[in-house]
Amino acid sequence: MQTTTLQEAVAKIPNGASLMIGGFMGVGTPESVIDELLRQGKRDLTVIANDTALPGVGIGKLVSANAVRKVIASHIGLNPETQKKMLAGDIEVELIPQGTLIERIRAGGFGLGGFLTPTGVGTVVEEGKRKLEVDGREYLLELPLHADFALVQAFLADYLGNLTYALTARNFNPVMAMAADTVIVDAEHIVPVGMISPDHVMTPAPVVDYVVTRA
Amino acid sequence: MDPQTIIAKRIARELRDGMLVNLGIGIPTLVADYVPPGMHIFFQSENGLIGTGPIPQDGLAQARLTDAGGRPVSAIPGACTFDSAVSFGLIRGGHVDVTVLGGLQVDEQGHLANWMIPGKMVPGMGGAMDLVTGAKRVIVAMQHSAKGKPKIVRQCSLPLTSVRPVDLVVTELAVISFTGGRATLVETAPGVHVERVLAATEAKLDIASRVITTQTE
Repeated sequence: MQTTTLQEAVAKIPNGASLMIGGFMGVGTPESVIDELLRQGKRDLTVIANDTALPGVGIGKLVSANAVRKVIASHIGLNPETQKKMLAGDIEVELIPQGTLIERIRAGGFGLGGFLTPTGVGTVVEEGKRKLEVDGREYLLELPLHADFALVQAFLADYLGNLTYALTARNFNPVMAMAADTVIVDAEHIVPVGMISPDHVMTPAPVVDYVVTRA
Repeated sequence: MDPQTIIAKRIARELRDGMLVNLGIGIPTLVADYVPPGMHIFFQSENGLIGTGPIPQDGLAQARLTDAGGRPVSAIPGACTFDSAVSFGLIRGGHVDVTVLGGLQVDEQGHLANWMIPGKMVPGMGGAMDLVTGAKRVIVAMQHSAKGKPKIVRQCSLPLTSVRPVDLVVTELAVISFTGGRATLVETAPGVHVERVLAATEAKLDIASRVITTQTE
Protein backbone atom coordinates (compact mmCIF):
# COMPACT_ATOMS: atom_id res chain seq x y z
CA MET A 1 0.00 0.00 0.00
CA GLN A 2 1.13 3.53 -0.59
CA THR A 3 -0.37 6.88 0.16
CA THR A 4 -0.77 9.15 -2.81
CA THR A 5 -2.49 12.35 -3.80
CA LEU A 6 -6.01 12.26 -5.11
CA GLN A 7 -4.83 13.50 -8.53
CA GLU A 8 -2.17 10.77 -8.86
CA ALA A 9 -4.52 8.00 -7.74
CA VAL A 10 -7.22 8.96 -10.23
CA ALA A 11 -4.65 9.45 -13.02
CA LYS A 12 -4.05 5.69 -12.86
CA ILE A 13 -7.62 5.06 -14.05
CA PRO A 14 -7.79 4.92 -17.87
CA ASN A 15 -10.82 5.80 -19.98
CA GLY A 16 -12.99 2.72 -20.46
CA ALA A 17 -12.05 1.22 -17.09
CA SER A 18 -14.50 -0.80 -15.00
CA LEU A 19 -15.04 0.67 -11.55
CA MET A 20 -16.69 -0.77 -8.49
CA ILE A 21 -17.87 2.20 -6.47
CA GLY A 22 -18.96 1.82 -2.85
CA GLY A 23 -22.02 3.55 -1.47
CA PHE A 24 -25.77 3.30 -1.11
CA MET A 25 -27.66 6.32 -2.41
CA GLY A 26 -24.37 8.20 -2.17
CA VAL A 27 -23.79 7.29 1.50
CA GLY A 28 -20.34 5.69 1.66
CA THR A 29 -19.35 6.83 -1.84
CA PRO A 30 -15.86 8.40 -2.13
CA GLU A 31 -17.17 11.76 -3.30
CA SER A 32 -13.72 13.34 -3.70
CA VAL A 33 -12.64 10.54 -6.07
CA ILE A 34 -15.81 11.05 -8.14
CA ASP A 35 -15.11 14.79 -8.37
CA GLU A 36 -11.54 14.12 -9.49
CA LEU A 37 -12.71 11.60 -12.14
CA LEU A 38 -14.88 14.40 -13.54
CA ARG A 39 -12.09 17.00 -13.30
CA GLN A 40 -9.77 14.71 -15.26
CA GLY A 41 -12.51 14.14 -17.83
CA LYS A 42 -12.60 10.32 -17.64
CA ARG A 43 -15.11 8.70 -19.98
CA ASP A 44 -16.56 5.39 -21.23
CA LEU A 45 -16.55 4.06 -17.69
CA THR A 46 -18.34 0.92 -16.60
CA VAL A 47 -19.72 1.47 -13.11
CA ILE A 48 -20.63 -1.43 -10.83
CA ALA A 49 -22.52 -0.11 -7.80
CA ASN A 50 -25.72 -0.61 -5.86
CA ASP A 51 -27.41 2.43 -7.40
CA THR A 52 -26.72 5.68 -9.24
CA ALA A 53 -27.72 7.92 -6.28
CA LEU A 54 -29.40 11.19 -7.18
CA PRO A 55 -28.50 13.80 -9.81
CA GLY A 56 -25.64 15.84 -8.32
CA VAL A 57 -24.73 13.19 -5.73
CA GLY A 58 -21.95 10.57 -6.00
CA ILE A 59 -22.34 8.35 -9.05
CA GLY A 60 -25.19 10.59 -10.20
CA LYS A 61 -22.55 13.20 -11.10
CA LEU A 62 -20.78 10.73 -13.41
CA VAL A 63 -24.07 9.83 -15.09
CA SER A 64 -25.04 13.48 -15.64
CA ALA A 65 -21.60 14.24 -17.14
CA ASN A 66 -21.96 11.37 -19.68
CA ALA A 67 -18.81 9.77 -18.28
CA VAL A 68 -20.50 6.37 -17.96
CA ARG A 69 -21.05 3.87 -20.79
CA LYS A 70 -22.52 1.09 -18.71
CA VAL A 71 -24.07 0.73 -15.27
CA ILE A 72 -24.45 -2.56 -13.41
CA ALA A 73 -26.72 -1.86 -10.42
CA SER A 74 -29.73 -3.06 -8.43
CA HIS A 75 -31.66 0.20 -8.44
CA ILE A 76 -31.71 3.38 -10.52
CA GLY A 77 -35.22 4.51 -9.54
CA LEU A 78 -34.20 7.58 -7.55
CA ASN A 79 -32.09 9.01 -10.37
CA PRO A 80 -34.43 10.06 -13.22
CA GLU A 81 -31.43 10.98 -15.41
CA THR A 82 -30.15 7.40 -15.44
CA GLN A 83 -33.60 6.15 -16.42
CA LYS A 84 -33.93 8.80 -19.13
CA LYS A 85 -30.50 8.02 -20.62
CA MET A 86 -31.25 4.29 -20.45
CA LEU A 87 -34.58 4.63 -22.27
CA ALA A 88 -32.90 6.88 -24.86
CA GLY A 89 -30.18 4.25 -25.38
CA ASP A 90 -27.37 6.60 -24.26
CA ILE A 91 -26.32 4.38 -21.39
CA GLU A 92 -26.45 0.62 -20.99
CA VAL A 93 -28.00 -0.52 -17.71
CA GLU A 94 -27.91 -4.03 -16.31
CA LEU A 95 -30.24 -4.45 -13.34
CA ILE A 96 -29.44 -7.20 -10.85
CA PRO A 97 -31.21 -8.10 -7.59
CA GLN A 98 -29.28 -6.46 -4.77
CA GLY A 99 -28.47 -9.69 -2.94
CA THR A 100 -27.25 -11.24 -6.19
CA LEU A 101 -25.18 -8.17 -7.06
CA ILE A 102 -23.34 -8.06 -3.74
CA GLU A 103 -22.83 -11.83 -3.78
CA ARG A 104 -21.45 -11.75 -7.36
CA ILE A 105 -18.96 -9.15 -6.18
CA ARG A 106 -18.15 -11.26 -3.13
CA ALA A 107 -17.66 -14.33 -5.35
CA GLY A 108 -15.31 -12.28 -7.54
CA GLY A 109 -13.20 -11.27 -4.57
CA PHE A 110 -13.33 -14.58 -2.74
CA GLY A 111 -12.08 -16.81 -5.56
CA LEU A 112 -15.39 -18.52 -6.26
CA GLY A 113 -16.58 -19.60 -9.71
CA GLY A 114 -20.11 -18.45 -8.92
CA PHE A 115 -22.92 -19.34 -6.57
CA LEU A 116 -26.47 -20.68 -6.56
CA THR A 117 -29.34 -18.43 -5.52
CA PRO A 118 -33.10 -18.94 -5.45
CA THR A 119 -33.59 -15.21 -6.11
CA GLY A 120 -34.89 -14.59 -9.62
CA VAL A 121 -36.06 -18.14 -10.39
CA GLY A 122 -39.21 -17.93 -12.54
CA THR A 123 -38.73 -14.20 -13.27
CA VAL A 124 -37.08 -12.24 -16.10
CA VAL A 125 -33.84 -12.44 -14.11
CA GLU A 126 -33.42 -16.12 -15.02
CA GLU A 127 -33.20 -15.44 -18.77
CA GLY A 128 -29.98 -16.84 -20.24
CA LYS A 129 -28.85 -18.39 -16.95
CA ARG A 130 -28.21 -22.01 -16.01
CA LYS A 131 -30.67 -23.49 -13.54
CA LEU A 132 -29.60 -26.20 -11.15
CA GLU A 133 -31.63 -28.28 -8.75
CA VAL A 134 -30.25 -28.98 -5.29
CA ASP A 135 -32.28 -31.05 -2.83
CA GLY A 136 -35.40 -30.50 -4.88
CA ARG A 137 -35.15 -26.71 -5.04
CA GLU A 138 -34.28 -24.70 -8.14
CA TYR A 139 -31.42 -22.18 -8.15
CA LEU A 140 -29.83 -19.86 -10.68
CA LEU A 141 -26.11 -20.08 -11.30
CA GLU A 142 -24.78 -16.55 -10.89
CA LEU A 143 -21.23 -15.72 -11.96
CA PRO A 144 -18.54 -13.65 -10.21
CA LEU A 145 -17.93 -9.97 -10.93
CA HIS A 146 -14.49 -8.33 -11.07
CA ALA A 147 -13.44 -4.77 -11.82
CA ASP A 148 -10.27 -2.96 -12.80
CA PHE A 149 -10.60 -0.58 -9.85
CA ALA A 150 -12.55 -0.41 -6.59
CA LEU A 151 -13.22 3.09 -5.27
CA VAL A 152 -13.77 2.72 -1.57
CA GLN A 153 -14.86 5.15 1.14
CA ALA A 154 -13.53 4.25 4.60
CA PHE A 155 -13.96 5.95 7.96
CA LEU A 156 -10.47 5.20 9.27
CA ALA A 157 -7.40 4.02 7.36
CA ASP A 158 -4.02 3.45 8.94
CA TYR A 159 -0.72 3.93 7.09
CA LEU A 160 -0.58 0.24 6.19
CA GLY A 161 -4.06 0.34 4.63
CA ASN A 162 -6.15 -1.33 7.32
CA LEU A 163 -9.70 0.04 7.08
CA THR A 164 -12.83 0.49 9.15
CA TYR A 165 -16.14 1.87 7.97
CA ALA A 166 -18.84 3.90 9.72
CA LEU A 167 -22.46 2.86 10.26
CA THR A 168 -24.45 2.47 7.02
CA ALA A 169 -21.60 3.97 4.96
CA ARG A 170 -20.06 0.48 5.03
CA ASN A 171 -22.54 -1.22 2.63
CA PHE A 172 -20.74 -2.44 -0.55
CA ASN A 173 -17.30 -1.02 0.34
CA PRO A 174 -15.52 -3.90 2.14
CA VAL A 175 -16.82 -6.46 -0.38
CA MET A 176 -15.68 -4.38 -3.36
CA ALA A 177 -12.26 -3.89 -1.75
CA MET A 178 -11.72 -7.63 -2.34
CA ALA A 179 -12.88 -7.78 -5.96
CA ALA A 180 -10.81 -5.32 -8.01
CA ASP A 181 -7.29 -5.33 -9.45
CA THR A 182 -6.51 -1.95 -7.89
CA VAL A 183 -8.14 -0.63 -4.72
CA ILE A 184 -8.19 3.14 -4.16
CA VAL A 185 -9.39 4.32 -0.74
CA ASP A 186 -10.55 7.69 0.42
CA ALA A 187 -10.69 7.73 4.22
CA GLU A 188 -12.27 10.35 6.43
CA HIS A 189 -9.29 10.03 8.78
CA ILE A 190 -5.83 8.55 8.27
CA VAL A 191 -4.43 7.34 11.59
CA PRO A 192 -1.12 5.88 12.81
CA VAL A 193 -0.61 2.12 12.60
CA GLY A 194 -1.90 0.53 15.80
CA MET A 195 -4.73 3.02 16.29
CA ILE A 196 -7.29 0.62 14.85
CA SER A 197 -7.72 -2.38 17.10
CA PRO A 198 -7.11 -5.66 15.21
CA ASP A 199 -10.65 -6.72 16.11
CA HIS A 200 -12.06 -3.61 14.46
CA VAL A 201 -10.26 -3.85 11.13
CA MET A 202 -12.91 -4.60 8.50
CA THR A 203 -10.66 -4.64 5.43
CA PRO A 204 -7.13 -6.03 5.89
CA ALA A 205 -4.29 -3.83 4.63
CA PRO A 206 -2.81 -6.19 2.01
CA VAL A 207 -5.80 -5.81 -0.33
CA VAL A 208 -5.52 -2.00 -0.41
CA ASP A 209 -3.30 -0.38 -3.06
CA TYR A 210 -3.66 3.36 -2.47
CA VAL A 211 -4.94 5.54 0.34
CA VAL A 212 -5.57 9.04 -0.87
CA THR A 213 -4.10 11.88 1.19
CA ARG A 214 -5.73 15.26 1.46
CA ALA A 215 -3.70 18.32 0.56
CA MET B 1 -58.86 7.24 8.82
CA ASP B 2 -56.94 7.45 5.54
CA PRO B 3 -56.21 4.26 3.56
CA GLN B 4 -52.50 4.23 4.38
CA THR B 5 -53.14 4.42 8.14
CA ILE B 6 -55.74 1.63 8.01
CA ILE B 7 -53.24 -0.61 6.19
CA ALA B 8 -50.26 0.22 8.40
CA LYS B 9 -52.20 -0.25 11.65
CA ARG B 10 -53.52 -3.64 10.57
CA ILE B 11 -50.11 -4.91 9.51
CA ALA B 12 -48.54 -3.79 12.80
CA ARG B 13 -50.78 -6.37 14.50
CA GLU B 14 -48.94 -9.14 12.63
CA LEU B 15 -45.69 -8.34 14.45
CA ARG B 16 -44.50 -10.20 17.55
CA ASP B 17 -41.94 -9.41 20.19
CA GLY B 18 -38.35 -10.13 19.09
CA MET B 19 -39.05 -10.43 15.36
CA LEU B 20 -36.57 -9.28 12.70
CA VAL B 21 -38.66 -7.20 10.29
CA ASN B 22 -37.83 -5.45 7.01
CA LEU B 23 -40.12 -2.63 5.87
CA GLY B 24 -40.11 -1.40 2.28
CA ILE B 25 -40.48 2.17 1.14
CA GLY B 26 -43.94 3.86 1.12
CA ILE B 27 -46.89 2.51 3.14
CA PRO B 28 -44.72 -0.28 4.69
CA THR B 29 -42.53 2.34 6.40
CA LEU B 30 -45.59 3.59 8.34
CA VAL B 31 -46.04 0.20 10.04
CA ALA B 32 -43.25 1.07 12.50
CA ASP B 33 -45.40 3.90 13.91
CA TYR B 34 -48.04 1.44 15.16
CA VAL B 35 -45.96 -1.18 16.98
CA PRO B 36 -47.65 -1.67 20.39
CA PRO B 37 -45.81 0.04 23.27
CA GLY B 38 -43.42 -2.30 25.04
CA MET B 39 -42.96 -4.62 22.08
CA HIS B 40 -39.38 -4.86 20.85
CA ILE B 41 -38.98 -5.34 17.11
CA PHE B 42 -35.64 -5.50 15.29
CA PHE B 43 -36.20 -3.37 12.18
CA GLN B 44 -33.70 -4.03 9.40
CA SER B 45 -32.69 -1.53 6.78
CA GLU B 46 -31.10 -3.47 3.91
CA ASN B 47 -28.31 -0.94 3.45
CA GLY B 48 -26.78 -2.47 6.56
CA LEU B 49 -28.60 -1.73 9.82
CA ILE B 50 -30.64 -3.61 12.41
CA GLY B 51 -32.20 -1.36 15.03
CA THR B 52 -33.50 1.40 12.78
CA GLY B 53 -35.17 4.09 14.88
CA PRO B 54 -37.31 7.13 14.13
CA ILE B 55 -36.28 9.94 11.80
CA PRO B 56 -33.95 12.20 13.80
CA GLN B 57 -35.01 15.69 14.85
CA ASP B 58 -33.70 18.66 12.90
CA GLY B 59 -29.99 19.07 13.43
CA LEU B 60 -29.48 15.58 14.89
CA ALA B 61 -29.10 13.67 11.62
CA GLN B 62 -25.86 11.74 11.15
CA ALA B 63 -24.73 11.66 7.51
CA ARG B 64 -23.53 8.04 7.73
CA LEU B 65 -26.72 6.67 9.29
CA THR B 66 -29.41 6.35 6.65
CA ASP B 67 -32.23 4.14 5.45
CA ALA B 68 -32.46 2.31 2.13
CA GLY B 69 -33.75 5.48 0.48
CA GLY B 70 -30.67 7.40 1.66
CA ARG B 71 -32.65 9.41 4.24
CA PRO B 72 -31.28 10.01 7.75
CA VAL B 73 -32.55 7.64 10.44
CA SER B 74 -31.63 7.01 14.03
CA ALA B 75 -30.40 3.80 15.61
CA ILE B 76 -31.86 2.53 18.87
CA PRO B 77 -29.69 1.10 21.69
CA GLY B 78 -28.68 -2.43 20.69
CA ALA B 79 -28.50 -1.57 17.00
CA CYS B 80 -25.84 -3.09 14.78
CA THR B 81 -24.41 -2.35 11.35
CA PHE B 82 -22.99 -4.68 8.72
CA ASP B 83 -22.02 -4.85 5.06
CA SER B 84 -24.39 -5.63 2.18
CA ALA B 85 -23.29 -9.28 1.89
CA VAL B 86 -24.34 -9.90 5.50
CA SER B 87 -27.49 -7.86 4.98
CA PHE B 88 -28.61 -10.08 2.11
CA GLY B 89 -27.39 -13.19 3.90
CA LEU B 90 -29.93 -12.27 6.57
CA ILE B 91 -32.60 -11.73 3.93
CA ARG B 92 -31.98 -14.68 1.60
CA GLY B 93 -30.97 -16.97 4.45
CA GLY B 94 -34.42 -16.96 6.03
CA HIS B 95 -33.43 -14.91 9.09
CA VAL B 96 -35.98 -12.16 8.42
CA ASP B 97 -39.28 -13.07 10.11
CA VAL B 98 -41.49 -10.64 8.23
CA THR B 99 -41.02 -8.40 5.21
CA VAL B 100 -43.63 -5.80 4.33
CA LEU B 101 -43.55 -4.52 0.75
CA GLY B 102 -45.63 -2.40 -1.57
CA GLY B 103 -47.27 -3.98 -4.60
CA LEU B 104 -48.39 -3.17 -8.14
CA GLN B 105 -50.25 -6.46 -8.64
CA VAL B 106 -50.87 -9.67 -6.71
CA ASP B 107 -52.47 -12.60 -8.50
CA GLU B 108 -54.71 -15.48 -7.43
CA GLN B 109 -51.73 -17.68 -6.59
CA GLY B 110 -50.18 -14.95 -4.46
CA HIS B 111 -47.51 -13.96 -6.98
CA LEU B 112 -46.35 -10.38 -6.48
CA ALA B 113 -45.31 -7.91 -9.17
CA ASN B 114 -43.85 -4.74 -7.68
CA TRP B 115 -40.68 -3.71 -9.45
CA MET B 116 -41.33 -2.50 -12.98
CA ILE B 117 -43.82 -1.38 -15.61
CA PRO B 118 -42.15 -2.20 -18.94
CA GLY B 119 -41.44 0.90 -21.02
CA LYS B 120 -42.72 3.24 -18.31
CA MET B 121 -41.10 2.71 -14.97
CA VAL B 122 -37.86 0.77 -14.72
CA PRO B 123 -36.43 1.59 -11.31
CA GLY B 124 -34.75 -1.78 -10.75
CA MET B 125 -35.68 -4.43 -8.24
CA GLY B 126 -33.30 -3.33 -5.49
CA GLY B 127 -33.73 -5.83 -2.67
CA ALA B 128 -37.35 -6.80 -3.40
CA MET B 129 -36.65 -10.08 -5.21
CA ASP B 130 -34.37 -11.31 -2.42
CA LEU B 131 -36.85 -10.25 0.27
CA VAL B 132 -39.85 -12.00 -1.28
CA THR B 133 -37.79 -15.10 -2.01
CA GLY B 134 -36.06 -15.34 1.36
CA ALA B 135 -38.17 -13.88 4.19
CA LYS B 136 -40.15 -16.28 6.37
CA ARG B 137 -43.36 -14.31 5.89
CA VAL B 138 -44.21 -11.83 3.13
CA ILE B 139 -46.92 -9.20 3.67
CA VAL B 140 -48.00 -6.84 0.91
CA ALA B 141 -49.25 -3.37 1.87
CA MET B 142 -51.11 -1.71 -0.98
CA GLN B 143 -54.27 0.10 -1.93
CA HIS B 144 -56.96 -2.20 -3.27
CA SER B 145 -57.20 -0.52 -6.67
CA ALA B 146 -55.15 1.87 -8.77
CA LYS B 147 -57.09 4.47 -10.78
CA GLY B 148 -60.20 2.29 -10.48
CA LYS B 149 -58.43 -0.83 -11.74
CA PRO B 150 -58.12 -3.87 -9.47
CA LYS B 151 -54.60 -4.68 -8.28
CA ILE B 152 -55.55 -8.15 -7.06
CA VAL B 153 -55.82 -9.89 -10.42
CA ARG B 154 -56.29 -13.35 -11.93
CA GLN B 155 -52.77 -13.38 -13.31
CA CYS B 156 -50.09 -10.70 -13.07
CA SER B 157 -49.51 -8.90 -16.36
CA LEU B 158 -46.43 -7.17 -14.96
CA PRO B 159 -43.06 -8.91 -14.45
CA LEU B 160 -43.04 -10.97 -11.24
CA THR B 161 -40.85 -10.19 -8.26
CA SER B 162 -40.67 -13.85 -7.25
CA VAL B 163 -42.53 -17.11 -7.83
CA ARG B 164 -42.71 -17.56 -4.06
CA PRO B 165 -46.30 -16.64 -3.12
CA VAL B 166 -46.90 -13.89 -0.58
CA ASP B 167 -48.62 -14.79 2.69
CA LEU B 168 -50.92 -11.86 3.29
CA VAL B 169 -52.21 -8.81 1.40
CA VAL B 170 -53.59 -5.92 3.43
CA THR B 171 -55.51 -3.14 1.68
CA GLU B 172 -57.75 -0.35 2.96
CA LEU B 173 -60.75 -2.61 2.21
CA ALA B 174 -59.69 -6.09 3.22
CA VAL B 175 -57.18 -8.64 4.45
CA ILE B 176 -56.57 -11.51 2.04
CA SER B 177 -54.62 -14.60 3.03
CA PHE B 178 -52.77 -16.81 0.54
CA THR B 179 -52.07 -19.79 2.80
CA GLY B 180 -52.58 -23.10 1.05
CA GLY B 181 -52.16 -21.58 -2.41
CA ARG B 182 -55.61 -19.95 -2.51
CA ALA B 183 -56.68 -16.36 -2.13
CA THR B 184 -59.02 -16.18 0.85
CA LEU B 185 -60.85 -13.10 2.08
CA VAL B 186 -60.45 -13.22 5.85
CA GLU B 187 -61.22 -9.69 7.05
CA THR B 188 -62.93 -6.56 5.86
CA ALA B 189 -62.30 -3.02 7.08
CA PRO B 190 -65.01 -1.45 9.28
CA GLY B 191 -68.06 -0.51 7.20
CA VAL B 192 -66.89 -2.47 4.15
CA HIS B 193 -69.15 -5.27 2.92
CA VAL B 194 -67.83 -8.46 1.35
CA GLU B 195 -69.62 -7.59 -1.90
CA ARG B 196 -67.68 -4.34 -2.19
CA VAL B 197 -64.38 -6.21 -1.83
CA LEU B 198 -65.40 -8.77 -4.43
CA ALA B 199 -66.44 -6.02 -6.86
CA ALA B 200 -63.06 -4.34 -6.49
CA THR B 201 -61.12 -7.57 -6.96
CA GLU B 202 -60.45 -9.32 -10.28
CA ALA B 203 -59.01 -12.49 -8.74
CA LYS B 204 -61.39 -15.20 -7.61
CA LEU B 205 -61.51 -15.05 -3.82
CA ASP B 206 -62.51 -17.80 -1.46
CA ILE B 207 -64.49 -16.37 1.42
CA ALA B 208 -63.57 -17.48 4.91
CA SER B 209 -66.38 -19.20 6.81
CA ARG B 210 -66.36 -16.26 9.19
CA VAL B 211 -65.13 -12.99 7.71
CA ILE B 212 -64.23 -10.73 10.61
CA THR B 213 -64.20 -6.96 10.77
CA THR B 214 -60.69 -5.57 11.16
CA GLN B 215 -60.16 -3.88 14.50
CA THR B 216 -58.62 -0.51 13.93
CA GLU B 217 -58.06 0.51 17.54
